[in-house]
Amino acid sequence: MRVPLMCLALVCGCASVEGERDPRDPWEGFNRGVYRFNETFDEYVAQPVARTYVAVLHQEIRIRVGNFFSNIQDLLIGANNLLQGKFEDGVNDFARFAFNSTIGLLGIHDVASDFPGLEKHNEDFGQTLGRWGASPGPYLILPFLGSSTVRDAAGTAVDWMVQPVGEVRPIALRNTLYGLYFVDTRAQLLDASRILEEAALDKYVFQRDAYLQRRRSLIYDGRPPREKLE
Amino acid sequence: MTRIMKAALIVLAAAAALPGAAQDVAPDALVRNVTLEVVDLISKDKDIKAGSRARLVSVIETRVLPHFNFTAMTALAMGQNWAKATPEQRKQLIEQFRTLLVRTYASALAAYSEQKFDFRPLRAKSTDTDVTVNVRVLQAGAQPVTLDYSMEKTANGWKVYDVMVGGVSLVANYRTEFANTVRASGVDGLIRDLEKKNKSLEKK
Repeated sequence: MRVPLMCLALVCGCASVEGERDPRDPWEGFNRGVYRFNETFDEYVAQPVARTYVAVLHQEIRIRVGNFFSNIQDLLIGANNLLQGKFEDGVNDFARFAFNSTIGLLGIHDVASDFPGLEKHNEDFGQTLGRWGASPGPYLILPFLGSSTVRDAAGTAVDWMVQPVGEVRPIALRNTLYGLYFVDTRAQLLDASRILEEAALDKYVFQRDAYLQRRRSLIYDGRPPREKLE
Repeated sequence: MTRIMKAALIVLAAAAALPGAAQDVAPDALVRNVTLEVVDLISKDKDIKAGSRARLVSVIETRVLPHFNFTAMTALAMGQNWAKATPEQRKQLIEQFRTLLVRTYASALAAYSEQKFDFRPLRAKSTDTDVTVNVRVLQAGAQPVTLDYSMEKTANGWKVYDVMVGGVSLVANYRTEFANTVRASGVDGLIRDLEKKNKSLEKK
């Protein structure tokens, strides 16, 4: 891991940035370097694998795979809701996990969403830090993972350390689950990335601004204070 | 329910569907009507199902576009640079931005597959002239996607001037891109870039 990262740093050192710097993105030169690396990886590896996955597996099965990981995430989502003081939401997330893990057969059926009040939430430790008052800090593109900020990268690291799939043994099974998780996640984003491709004049800027807006909205659970555009 | 009330409701429903009566339709009802109408159209249209992008674009142009205020959207996306643009430049910007948004919208609709909508009750006073209509697109195993339509009351009925998808404002998202391009190559440079973008999408 260390060697590719150093190569990355070299690539980024040469990246030049036109015009004024965006105050939210002081490391734009570095980020654009990582961005190009990610784009190349995506074009030659992640996207072809995701397309094959979609072509080979029936949608019905892919939904089950997505549900399985989504169910595990409900544990983290619940914990983050509790950390943010949203007890009712947190309890609902754990109830979702309980229902879906049992009646929903290890989460492959999302039965909980049919119950009123048990709908899926979107939380992670980056949002919890935001709730606690941490500002996002500079925008940061992570190798392989994409858009983030200093705050959200710290959040992702914490979420990753406590997520339960890491405990799965044998190692081969754990790694298979990790692989499946990444392929499934990329596959779910195929439509979104095509739309982004079409909508943006400068994909880097468009994606960055969308990410920052999205995170702000998520921290306020979809109801951020309205910013009137002039 | 009495027969007269029933008849009155049917007349009301019919009136709501007429474009001429658009002025009288509440913003949330307008969003609901147009959404359901368009979704119904595309799920029945053979050409669209076969992947015809042209047919999809024409449905959007006739059914959806009349309810958007593209002048306001373009002005908001341009921000301070709007004042720098001549009337002729403004006309071209609106035209190109409109084309780009229609194509983007068509791509989003093409990805639609029978999701259910949850039209949220409008949280606004009857005297408000600027409201947000909230819609949620429900999907199994995932958090609903929110669609928030910012709408303004005009003489010709309520018009959409921004759409937020999952908390991301479309208009705000173009602001930095537009500002960067204008700084680097002027308003004409931006018009050229938009034209180039639209041309490249046409070929697809």
